[in-house]
Amino acid sequence: MTQITDFHAWPDAHGRFGDFGGIYVAETLMEPLAELTAAYEKLRTDPAFIAELDRDLKHYVGRPSPVYHAERLSKHVGGARIVLKREDLNHTGAHKINNTVGQALVARYMGKSRIIAETGAGQHGVASATVAARMGLKCVVYMGAVDIERQKINVYRMRLLGAEVVPVTSGSKTLKDALNEAMRDWVTNVEDTFYIIGTVAGPHPYPQMVRDFNAIVGREARAQTIEQFGRLPDVVTACVGGGSNAIGIFHAFLNDGGVRLVGAEAAGDGIETGRHAASLAAGKPGVLHGNRTYVLSDANGQIVETHSISAGLDYPGVGPEHAFLKDAGRAEYVGVTDDEALEAFHLLARTEGILPALESSHAIAQAMKLARELPKDGIVLANLSGRGDKDVHTIAAREGIEL
Amino acid sequence: MSRIERRFAALKSAGRTGLIPFVTAGDPSPDGMVSLLHGLVAAGADVIELGVPFSDPMADGPVIQHASERAIAKGVGLANVLAWVAAFRETDDETPIVLMGYLNPVEMYGYAAFAEDAVEAGVDGVLMVDCPLEESHVLEPLREAGLDQILLASPTTAETRLAALCEAATGFLYYVSFAGITGAAQLSTGDIAERVAGIRARSKAPVAVGFGVRDAEGAKAIGEFADAVVIGSALVDRLAGATSADDAVGRARDFLAPIRAALDAR
Repeated sequence: MTQITDFHAWPDAHGRFGDFGGIYVAETLMEPLAELTAAYEKLRTDPAFIAELDRDLKHYVGRPSPVYHAERLSKHVGGARIVLKREDLNHTGAHKINNTVGQALVARYMGKSRIIAETGAGQHGVASATVAARMGLKCVVYMGAVDIERQKINVYRMRLLGAEVVPVTSGSKTLKDALNEAMRDWVTNVEDTFYIIGTVAGPHPYPQMVRDFNAIVGREARAQTIEQFGRLPDVVTACVGGGSNAIGIFHAFLNDGGVRLVGAEAAGDGIETGRHAASLAAGKPGVLHGNRTYVLSDANGQIVETHSISAGLDYPGVGPEHAFLKDAGRAEYVGVTDDEALEAFHLLARTEGILPALESSHAIAQAMKLARELPKDGIVLANLSGRGDKDVHTIAAREGIEL
Repeated sequence: MSRIERRFAALKSAGRTGLIPFVTAGDPSPDGMVSLLHGLVAAGADVIELGVPFSDPMADGPVIQHASERAIAKGVGLANVLAWVAAFRETDDETPIVLMGYLNPVEMYGYAAFAEDAVEAGVDGVLMVDCPLEESHVLEPLREAGLDQILLASPTTAETRLAALCEAATGFLYYVSFAGITGAAQLSTGDIAERVAGIRARSKAPVAVGFGVRDAEGAKAIGEFADAVVIGSALVDRLAGATSADDAVGRARDFLAPIRAALDAR
């Protein structure tokens, strides 16, 4: 790959990030995607759209979220300063709302009356149901039957918000199958339906659009770090499933060559056990869900079932921009195991009074490792992408505690 | 002249409409696959579409999804599919076979290696559902090896793209009769007749119509204006309950016979 000078120049006109991304979908979706691309290209620079989005982010989501120096955690680790971007403080408790607020606005500008979404842990489903309720749009959320069983509270939350939750019983009955089913719905009902994809995957323009809506995380964090500490962080880290919170915080730093970017993938029981979801660390380039990216598949090219304690990272692909950043050498991707994430969860709870989401606990664990490698005046910026209230049952069950 | 070209030329000179059944490779049984392929030909197939099972068939309805799941559970992969085609070719060197599926299995096999092995086995074309014209650069090694890339057009295809598809079409152009997934119920032949006529006038290759054709009546209606009719889900559904390889062949024959007759009665 040739030397890349401007990482903000991607994707190209074909929706590709180098060898990754693109539009690998059935013919029927080509025209709807072209319409979406045209609409989004117009809206992203439209002052009225931008003003409305900014207003929603400020007054509805609660932005900007703070950047917080976790002093007691830093002291406990005994290395550099660990600084947290508090996306857990957003409305609905995670970064996911940044994207759904943006896409719901696009849906309204395009005149669509029905929203569909896929969800794994339920966070994106809740964030989609939330914005649909606020805009008076009909909302259908596809969710794997296995995930519905695992995430009953989020299923109920979506129903309280007026969404219809449709169980998906094909394949492994998890997130990837929910995405397939949502795509099938979209192919069939494309006239009145807008598909809100929850991560930076899918066909173009989704990886770009979802990134753009989450890039506010990095823009804020970069300015806040400079304001509070007088300089850029040494390293930025975030968890990576599909990769939307990671690309969100990385993007503003991509052209800051001196800032290291480290993505923490779910290593589950350990990458060597095969029970993990580390597509970048352990997968190969392939094609899944409309884009070329790193995927976890077997010798026959079948997508494999993944494992992570965190449902939000339990995905056998990853956003194509991450694949691109990996191959370009701009970002590194490493595995964090279930046990490491749990340890970080407890440590953050005890030292800072913050319950992180299990997904975000992977980023905290990675931040701790990175902080140990740096001098005390160093800065590790970690994206605390969501709050952990949704995970307390999972953690209690794992630790043999009956609630 | 390729097998596909020869077959469509023969159909044209005989004034017949082609019948293209789709079956999922390895379903209902891996052992009976080669005899099923021959059974399809005996029942009147002009071209065979052989589905390569994939774990995440985004454009397929429940019938073909489940057929794929059953085949995958039996360990069926691309190498098996090629071996069955090669075995079929030992006694049938005339009936074209098109592999239909998704890119990832081919990607993992390796495009160049797949191209070589597929030609060697006697495959004539590939229809990669998730590879539209815009991304078909990845299939260059397949085209270079002599495989036809079967392209799709649909009711949502815009005029400018349709022109490009008609220009690029090789083997045949597959017209998806409605916006939806395979096996869905609705089919309004009136709407599509005009559209297909327009495409046939421009396409460099014959036009086959599929999605939603489930019986003799539907096939006959489509046959009025298409070069060939594709039947997938309804056949796969019929085969699913077969108790033996012979039963599967019998089911295929019973299902396709009235369709063949209806097409020939035009």
